[in-house]
Amino acid sequence: MIRASNLTKTFGSHVAVDGISFEAAKGETLILLGTSGSGKTVTLKMLNKLIEPDSGEIEINGKNINSGKVEDLRRGIGYVIQNIGLFPHLTIEENIAVVPKLLKWDKERIKKRTEELLEKVNIPHQYLRQYPNQLSGGQQQRIGIARALIADPPVILMDEPFGALDAITRASIRASFKSLDELKDKTIVMVTHDIFEAFELGNRVCLFDKGKIQQCGTPAELLFHPANDFVKKFFDEQRFQLQLYVLTLADIIKYIHPLIHSSTNIHIQKPDTRLIDVMEILSNKKDGEAVIGIDAEPVLITGIEGIMAAYNHKTNEM
Amino acid sequence: MGQQDTFFEFIAREKDKLAEQLLTHIALSLAALFLTVAIGIPLGILITRKKKISGFVLGVAGVLQTVPSIALLGFMIPLLGIGVKPAIITLILYALLPVVRNTFTGINEVSDTIKEAARGMGMTDMQLLFKVELPLAMPVIFAGVRTAAVITVGIATLAAYIGAGGLGEFIFGGIALNNTNMILAGAIPAALLALLFDFLLSRLQKLKVNRPKPILYFLGGLFLLSSMTYYSAPVFSKSFLAGFSPEFTGRADGLPGIEKKYGLHFHSVVISPSLVYHAAQNKEVDLIDGYSTDGRIKAYNLVVLKDDKKAFPPYFASAIVRNEILEKYPEIKPVIEMINGRINDSTMTALNYQVDYLNLSPAAVAKDFLVKQKLWKPERAKNAGKIIIGAKIFSEQYILAEMYAALIKGYTDLDVSLKEHLGGTKICFEALKAGQIDMYVEYTGTGLMVILQPPSETIDKVIVNKDSVFNFVNNEFKKQYHITWLAPIGFNNTYALLMRREEAERMGIEKISSLNQNLQN
Repeated sequence: MIRASNLTKTFGSHVAVDGISFEAAKGETLILLGTSGSGKTVTLKMLNKLIEPDSGEIEINGKNINSGKVEDLRRGIGYVIQNIGLFPHLTIEENIAVVPKLLKWDKERIKKRTEELLEKVNIPHQYLRQYPNQLSGGQQQRIGIARALIADPPVILMDEPFGALDAITRASIRASFKSLDELKDKTIVMVTHDIFEAFELGNRVCLFDKGKIQQCGTPAELLFHPANDFVKKFFDEQRFQLQLYVLTLADIIKYIHPLIHSSTNIHIQKPDTRLIDVMEILSNKKDGEAVIGIDAEPVLITGIEGIMAAYNHKTNEM
Repeated sequence: MGQQDTFFEFIAREKDKLAEQLLTHIALSLAALFLTVAIGIPLGILITRKKKISGFVLGVAGVLQTVPSIALLGFMIPLLGIGVKPAIITLILYALLPVVRNTFTGINEVSDTIKEAARGMGMTDMQLLFKVELPLAMPVIFAGVRTAAVITVGIATLAAYIGAGGLGEFIFGGIALNNTNMILAGAIPAALLALLFDFLLSRLQKLKVNRPKPILYFLGGLFLLSSMTYYSAPVFSKSFLAGFSPEFTGRADGLPGIEKKYGLHFHSVVISPSLVYHAAQNKEVDLIDGYSTDGRIKAYNLVVLKDDKKAFPPYFASAIVRNEILEKYPEIKPVIEMINGRINDSTMTALNYQVDYLNLSPAAVAKDFLVKQKLWKPERAKNAGKIIIGAKIFSEQYILAEMYAALIKGYTDLDVSLKEHLGGTKICFEALKAGQIDMYVEYTGTGLMVILQPPSETIDKVIVNKDSVFNFVNNEFKKQYHITWLAPIGFNNTYALLMRREEAERMGIEKISSLNQNLQN
């Protein structure tokens, strides 16, 4: 659990962070979203004291972060940064083992944990003895994440973790990141400027502008109940796509007109499936052939046109 | 002898001396390099932490490197005297810049992302430095150390100038004696040594120097090695040490002659001729070579050891002049010989004393003497031609050259120009032979032993008295070189071995042969 209250930070005459407060519950992924210079990265770095706030307080798991040694604080927090920051002079194995060594784990324990983790992040064993520059960007980022996770810290801070990757690698890493069970109980605070990433990964999103938090809430809250004009305008351009992230089959179920014909190729989905996932399944098939069945009463069967029609109907109503 | 040798014969003959110099050279270089690294890397790290002083530190280190190395050595003399200590300090000051600058640059070039990642993972400042910054900066730092190593080995040749030994002894001796083999015997090993250092460091760099441990091993090894060689090098450990000027160490009538005649072997270092007396006075060395007429013998309370086995021939001073000049300007011969009979050993010593110790200018001393002798005359027309007078690099030569200049200008219509600081005998003589100068003052013994170098039977026959030496050199010079020895001035400036009076009396040494038992301990 992370609680930040009234954080302020100025650099010279520039107010980078202006009296902000927020909380991240245990196991929650909180996204700090905003354009560059909005104060989100400074805020993140205040959480592990890479930047000292001028005023304000931060508690992590009920303890003020100033109460112990800064190194101990940081060793208990996983940290993933935009340019990955793997140490070029160390092998992959040594890179991953940095924090356990700082924590003085014994060799056997480090080895066991490393192997376990590599399997989970899907990095083949033979990479262990290689150096970071021998790996692709995507592989490096997986290692970066493994490095942050190795000591099983309850809190993970991520600063644009997928920022340096190309769009396709990014999507695939994001997907495997999302499905990583290591992250299930972690409290994650992630900085990004990518709205879709925020909506894809965040349980809650804090939208930053000019050093202030404009609104904190679930993606749906931000989208459908903007606190002010800035929030509304921020999402306007991508509103159509963003709604696909937020709405589920349940939201549009009452507008669905069942198909008359049935097909042999039916994918049954739960009502809480996000529309973006539904669209992905459908777009992978040839138009008209793929049919979604919904696991609800009564069972409805529809194709891509049916989903779109229902979606349009729903959004017109909102 | 020397000149007829091939280079390899020279090496073979002087191999003991070469080994000793090489060892000293390595010891000096390693000690200086170790200290440079031990000071330079922490200093470089410090200025990455305190950026405000980085400009100042790098500036000072940069300025130090622009000071000519010989001048830097010179500055050290009033501060630290001569010998090993000032030599090593000079080497350090010289080699510091590449190490400090490369450490600073190397650490600064470590990317902020990586440093942030390290800090974010919970490294302390020390862990960040040793686990991340230093390993990543190591290739750059190592390049700096390699540069420093090459500089150190190169500049260490100058250490011989202030009596710290090393391969510079051969180089300076070779220059003074115009002996190419001797110069090469110092220069080639020095160059090879620099290459070897660089090569070894480059091998070391390949051995995963991005880990901190090998660097510590390297420093430890360097320290061990340097202290080992330091203490095994004779220069640093022997209780009775001699310091000789470069020319003396190579002349047949100098060190080799003494060692042969008396069966002695000295532990010695080479010191710049202008510093030998200073070294004796400051107890840097116990025994030096010198000239019996040198004013500093009296000034520094030194004592001349008696040449009881007559290793040194007579050295009566004469002006030697090219025959061509004497034929063209016959009027100068009587003018040059005007001072003959007016300067004996003690007169010359007194004149030298005024220059060496009272710091009067040779010209002023010369004029004062001529005025007192009623020989001084104002300059005449200076339109009948020009005489070029040379001088070796010590006061007596300057004073006499100034006297001749004043006399020629006062009694003839000739103009005179002086070419002083011509270094040792060989350089002066070669200049005369080649017609670059017209005359200079030479000593009969030197003419015999250094220039003519007749077989030893001839030498034994000739050196029975001063006149036979004079006649022999005059005849031979006329025959071989078309150079004439004018009549001797009248004083005998013999080579001498000198000790501090106090110590010579304490040890009971009056003559050279009694050095023998004192060298055995």
